[in-house]
Amino acid sequence: MQYLMSVYGPAELTELGNYPDKETMDKAMAETGAFNDRLQASGHFVYANGLASATSATVVDGQVDPPVVTDGPYLESKEHLGGFWIIEATDLDQALALAAEGSKACRGKVEVRPFQVFDPQG
Amino acid sequence: MSEPALASDVAEAVTRAHQSDWARVVATLTKRFGDLDLAEEAAAEAFATAVERWPADGIPPNPGGWLTTTATRKAIDRIRREKKRGDKYREAMLVLDDEPLEPLGALDDERLRLLFTCCHPALAMEARVALTLRMVGGLTVPEIARAFLVHETAMARRITRAKQKIREARIPFRMPGAADLPARIDGVLTVLFLVFNEGYLATGPDTDPVRADLTAEAIRLTRLIRAVLPDGAARAGEVTGMLALMLLTEARRAARVSSSGELVTLDEQDRGAWDAALVREGHELVRSRALWVEASGEAPGRYQLLAAINAVHTSARDIRDTDWSQIVALYDQLVTIDPSPVVALNRAIAVAEVDGPDVALAAVDRLGAALDGYHAYHATRADLLRRLDRSTESRAAYDRAIELAGNTAEAAYLSRRRDQLG
Repeated sequence: MQYLMSVYGPAELTELGNYPDKETMDKAMAETGAFNDRLQASGHFVYANGLASATSATVVDGQVDPPVVTDGPYLESKEHLGGFWIIEATDLDQALALAAEGSKACRGKVEVRPFQVFDPQG
Repeated sequence: MSEPALASDVAEAVTRAHQSDWARVVATLTKRFGDLDLAEEAAAEAFATAVERWPADGIPPNPGGWLTTTATRKAIDRIRREKKRGDKYREAMLVLDDEPLEPLGALDDERLRLLFTCCHPALAMEARVALTLRMVGGLTVPEIARAFLVHETAMARRITRAKQKIREARIPFRMPGAADLPARIDGVLTVLFLVFNEGYLATGPDTDPVRADLTAEAIRLTRLIRAVLPDGAARAGEVTGMLALMLLTEARRAARVSSSGELVTLDEQDRGAWDAALVREGHELVRSRALWVEASGEAPGRYQLLAAINAVHTSARDIRDTDWSQIVALYDQLVTIDPSPVVALNRAIAVAEVDGPDVALAAVDRLGAALDGYHAYHATRADLLRRLDRSTESRAAYDRAIELAGNTAEAAYLSRRRDQLG
């Protein structure tokens, strides 16, 4: 079972990311790196990455011809997706335990959301 | 079982089986088929079949076993029907079909798993409450909707969404790990306490002031978790404390509302109308916990302390015999583990009896910023101001308390006290 673990932050990132100072940023980076290593070693890791600032996003609507291109992120929001993991876990309890570790490491709240599985009833 | 049975006997047997076996049947089927939805539907069908068949076939010697077997068959029928529609996933589940049925006695931990699943922290609190009452308590959706003054369709949606989240996010049907267990038991106790309190102090203008069905259900489920939790397990003391607290509160139910539907406070209650058996059981539980705490050095938790406070109250033959300094001492302990303003408010009520209403009022007034929207804060102030002969201020405080009180009996009581002011 795969879960998306997302971290949100402000649309514009400073040189320090969202971190208050360089020391905190360096620590968060190092601890997140160590957390990723643990995910790899335990077989939970599928993918992880951080995103450039949301202000660098572009929205494309290809349902019309020619496609409409708009500057900025899709949602008008104060908080935007800043980075994410995709993990493999047996169930939500395991995913939540990993998310707690990741949250502590990266110093942000983590949203845990399951990927869709084939649902015989739906 | 070919002897026909009397309709009244059948009705009684079904009710009894529903109380003792509903959660077992749902839990057994959930474990077997890995699908809460299917388990619930099959259990409901099995009980409907019992109502239909027992009058002609007779009541089976082991109703719980009969219901489990019938529900299992219903579930398999359902799976087969869906399999015909090309359902590979359900087909795979049929592998479980050959597993022998386990005897009911061994399934107690499965009811506990069911309770933990329904009270999972990833579900919203109101969903946990609704799901627990449906899956573990066996209340129907309309019953739960009525209890919480929610439209039936809204309640059905709430339960459906919760089941959907359990399925989609794969909330597991198993005991939490040892590290999580204390927090998860606390979570279950919070849900049960909410159910109990909603029964004990029901909200809403058209509701009975006391919903005995909800208090009874909360007690039953707390007994269940206590019975299946091993001795010495983490939080076992808190579970016992919660049960004692509920019993000692429930014992006063009949004395708590007057024939005219007005709340009767502790000082005015007819103590002879208390349920002596419940008081005795509650006192025994509190005593056993006190001995354990003394022997083990384990600090008593929040519910044990609340139970102990209620034990002091129910030990007094008259309000004047109440050992208020003991109650203040227990609140002092409680404040160290729960420094919330509500606990401080209740402590102040006891302080008034020991140090006088002026000392208590000073303590209560410090809580104004936190508790201004809480009816009990204003009711407490009103009573203390009344005792200090500050009638005008007291009247204003009663007005605020009445405005905020959600319980009909309580509003009636507060109105009378206000109107008695000189």
